[in-house]
Amino acid sequence: MSHSQLTEGIVPGRLDTEGYCKNFTDVAPPLGVQEARIAADRCYFCHDAPCMEACPTSIDVPLFIRQISTGTPEAAARTIFEQNILGGMCARVCPTETLCEGACVRMDSEGEPVEIGALQRFATDTLMAKQDHPFSRAPSTGKSVAVVGAGPAGLAAAHRLAMLGHEVTIYDAHAKPGGLNEYGIASYKAPGGFAQAEVAWLLQIGSITVVENWQLGRKGDGDLADLLGDHDAVFLGMGLSGVNALRLEGEDKSGIRPATEFIAELRQASDLASLPVGRDVVVIGGGMTAVDAAVQSKLLGALNVSLVYRRARAEMPASLHEQEHALTHGVSIIENAAPVAIHGNGAVREVEFAYTRSGPDGLEMTDATFRLPADQVFKAIGQTLGDTPAKVEVAGGKIKVDGAGRTTAPRVWAGGDCTHAGEDLTVTAVAQGRDAAQDIHHVLMEG
Amino acid sequence: MADLRSEFIGIKSPNPFWLASAPPTDKEYNVRRAFEAGWGGVVWKTLGSEGPPVVNVNGPRYGAIYGADRRLLGLNNIELITDRPLEVNLREIKSVKRDYPDRALIVSLMVPCDEDSWKAILARVEDTEADGVELNFGCPHGMAERGMGSAVGQVPEYIEMVTRWVKQHSRMPCIVKLTPNISDIRGPARAAKAGGADAVSLINTINSITSVDLDDFAPEPTIDGKGTHGGYCGPAVKPIALNMVAEIARDAETAGLPISGIGGVTTWRDGAEFMALGAGNVQVCTAAMTYGFKVVQEMISGLSEYMDRKGFTNTSELVGRAVPNVTDWQYLNLNYVTKAEIVQDDCIKCGRCFAACEDTSHQAIAMSEDRTFTVKDEECVACNLCVEVCPVDCIEMVQMAKGSVDPRTGETVGDYANWTTHPNNPSATAAE
Ligand SMILES: Cc1cc2nc3c(=O)[nH]c(=O)nc-3n(C[C@H](O)[C@H](O)[C@H](O)COP(=O)(O)OP(=O)(O)OC[C@H]3O[C@@H](n4cnc5c(N)ncnc54)[C@H](O)[C@@H]3O)c2cc1C
Ligand SMILES: Cc1cc2nc3c(=O)[nH]c(=O)nc-3n(C[C@H](O)[C@H](O)[C@H](O)COP(=O)(O)O)c2cc1C
Ligand code: SF4
Ligand code: SF4
Ligand code: SF4
Repeated sequence: MSHSQLTEGIVPGRLDTEGYCKNFTDVAPPLGVQEARIAADRCYFCHDAPCMEACPTSIDVPLFIRQISTGTPEAAARTIFEQNILGGMCARVCPTETLCEGACVRMDSEGEPVEIGALQRFATDTLMAKQDHPFSRAPSTGKSVAVVGAGPAGLAAAHRLAMLGHEVTIYDAHAKPGGLNEYGIASYKAPGGFAQAEVAWLLQIGSITVVENWQLGRKGDGDLADLLGDHDAVFLGMGLSGVNALRLEGEDKSGIRPATEFIAELRQASDLASLPVGRDVVVIGGGMTAVDAAVQSKLLGALNVSLVYRRARAEMPASLHEQEHALTHGVSIIENAAPVAIHGNGAVREVEFAYTRSGPDGLEMTDATFRLPADQVFKAIGQTLGDTPAKVEVAGGKIKVDGAGRTTAPRVWAGGDCTHAGEDLTVTAVAQGRDAAQDIHHVLMEG
Repeated sequence: MADLRSEFIGIKSPNPFWLASAPPTDKEYNVRRAFEAGWGGVVWKTLGSEGPPVVNVNGPRYGAIYGADRRLLGLNNIELITDRPLEVNLREIKSVKRDYPDRALIVSLMVPCDEDSWKAILARVEDTEADGVELNFGCPHGMAERGMGSAVGQVPEYIEMVTRWVKQHSRMPCIVKLTPNISDIRGPARAAKAGGADAVSLINTINSITSVDLDDFAPEPTIDGKGTHGGYCGPAVKPIALNMVAEIARDAETAGLPISGIGGVTTWRDGAEFMALGAGNVQVCTAAMTYGFKVVQEMISGLSEYMDRKGFTNTSELVGRAVPNVTDWQYLNLNYVTKAEIVQDDCIKCGRCFAACEDTSHQAIAMSEDRTFTVKDEECVACNLCVEVCPVDCIEMVQMAKGSVDPRTGETVGDYANWTTHPNNPSATAAE
């Protein structure tokens, strides 16, 4: 295979081995001991700290940073894990600039927050490297809970339930646990097989059985009634397994696929050089998925990558930090343009866009159009809920839950991306899984 | 650039920043480089008597206290006086002084407490043409166990006696270096003056244990499993030193006695503060040991810029300027009422003032839902704690105008009045 960045079409091996290595290493290398100490010294130990408030899992940030600065990173890790058992992954993937770090008072004084995410990683890495699991189970309650989905929501729920003394079975449709931690997160955010290592570490709590390749509702696997028959309660953390379509003629041409599919393939590839990518890649969408697909195409050696969003950049769901990440990697971001046609003979050759403007009834297409050459197109215009059990009410495309994570079906809870309360963030999914577990515990022990 | 030339007990130096007697001044190589870097003078590392020199430990001799980012705030040492032969030191002193006639070169001395020992060494020091001597009555460890250093400095009678010998047997100006390891610094200072000292210098180091090894259960620095108290110096000791300098400067018996200020001088500002409290010049050790000789350049530029700003043309205009304002608690104006006021535009909403006041003081700061912090004048006693803990220094103390009513006490702010006449003061009442 002697391809280069200039080769037309969707081909593998555009880079040499070194190129792949360089492009897919840790995007934010871990802090060394010295760096961590300096970073920790910057924390003011705020009262009722705004960063803690801004963390969806309410990690006691000032406390854990103080623990780092006094030379006890393991104690710091414990503080983190008490609130967020996936604190290791969150430290890598949280858009901290819009969460904890965005709220850090240092932003006000100097525009540079305390590096909370990096410090969180320093602490959690230190403890996890020891293969030390800081929690133990409460005496068995004799109750059992089914968790559907081994993503962040399901894992957080399962761990909390196990800790509280319940027997837990996690059912997941995929071959590996982790959910989007394993199949979605950009590879340079959590390299080195971190997602699987984290799951293995988490399962050390014990009393959690993971059943893989088991899809709720699939014939031969089981349905909600089966789960309710076998367990005292059910937690649904199924995420969003479908994708939105462009609804354009020519969408079925070859070369066009959902961005999530491409990313999952990339995450599972054992040899990145064998992964084909287009020379001229067009990504349609404006969220984290769009950015990740665009950047990773570029890193795989695509020559031209354009990310086209139908509204203004300021309205992009991807944070400013992520947009900048894309731009510095050479992705061109085109705003206020929506696809209107796909051209090509069998395979896509060009995508035609119309510029948009906001009108009285929302977004309007203008007559001004342009075409982008494309041999590969990734759709990243949102994911959708897969099939859900009939008894569980769905509103606006997501499972309806109350504040405690209860669905409309008795003994069934839900959390994470599949619910209307989800925010498409790992950390939010963790918070909801954990809180639903607490509520399940409460109900089971009361009844 | 203001003129920083300074004259201290007749000894001239191009600026008032001298290196204190310590490792930075222990040999010719160091002192030459110090002068090249700009130091105005040095006090040579303390010399002992003729004969085999003292020995130092061969393990670690320093311990330290740190602030954020491992900034060294306090240093502790168990080093003794020079461990190099007397003749070598004297030869080097002579050679350096010959090459740097414009710089101050003082020789620090510590010999056993008998007249002959002092007489013998003074003759040899005079021969070097050094500008003066400093009597080390301060070293708190090691040498004190042998009846020297602070063992002398803690007994005013000895100070007076030795000082008198020195003045008798030498024509050189004599500075007496005082130990802070004493309850009232005025005693030793008065004794030095009585003995005929031309000046005192202070402080030497403070008895201390900086830390404990929690695995070996021994004080640090640890020498083969054991530790001993050492002498503490560096930024952390400055407040103690400033007070001692001020005590001597405002004592009726010692008023006017020249003082060389030592202890934690790290920046020009520290130096200026010592001088304002009565020090004619300052000596520096830890700052140089932490950052190297170049630190003096900031001290020089900073002091000179400050003097320009104040319109001072000679350092003597600064020396002692704050002394009249050092008073006793009983004379402080109890009708000076202030209230903390948060400059909202600069506040970063960290809440530290709130935590400090709410948890440990007077519950005088309110915190709103949206994290706006405001001072409750009716509770604020103006203690200044919030000002001290605010990381961005955005709290001011605002004086209440005379005639206004303090919402905390309901009393009208009146004219100057102090404790001596306060109704709650039993002695004041008794006097009536
Ligand atoms: C490309 C991409 C990049 C992202 N990057 C970030 C990021 O950098 N930072 C961030 O905070 N968030 C990011 N997110 C969002 C984040 O990954 C999700 O919010 C989070 O994973 C949601 O967790 P979850 O547990 O609700 O769902 P998921 O992680 O989606 O897990 C759901 C699990 O349920 C299983 N499942 C689904 N249906 C069934 C069924 N019927 N039966 C059994 N099992 C089923 C799935 O196999 C999966 O394992 C990204 C998302 C994507 C798509
Ligand atoms: C390692 C070390 C050795 C010292 N040796 C002497 C000494 O031999 N003679 C002396 O008078 N003072 C000695 N001192 C005390 C210093 O001269 C000075 O008084 C003290 O360190 C306070 O000043 P600083 O805060 O600038 O360091 C020594 C200090 C240190 C740190
Ligand atoms: S979990 Fe995420 S949001 Fe919360 S403190 Fe850690 S990095 Fe910040
Ligand atoms: S807001 Fe920033 S400075 Fe304050 S506690 Fe949080 S991390 Fe520390
Ligand atoms: S300590 Fe200072 S910055 Fe922090 S809340 Fe108080 S006034 Fe504001």
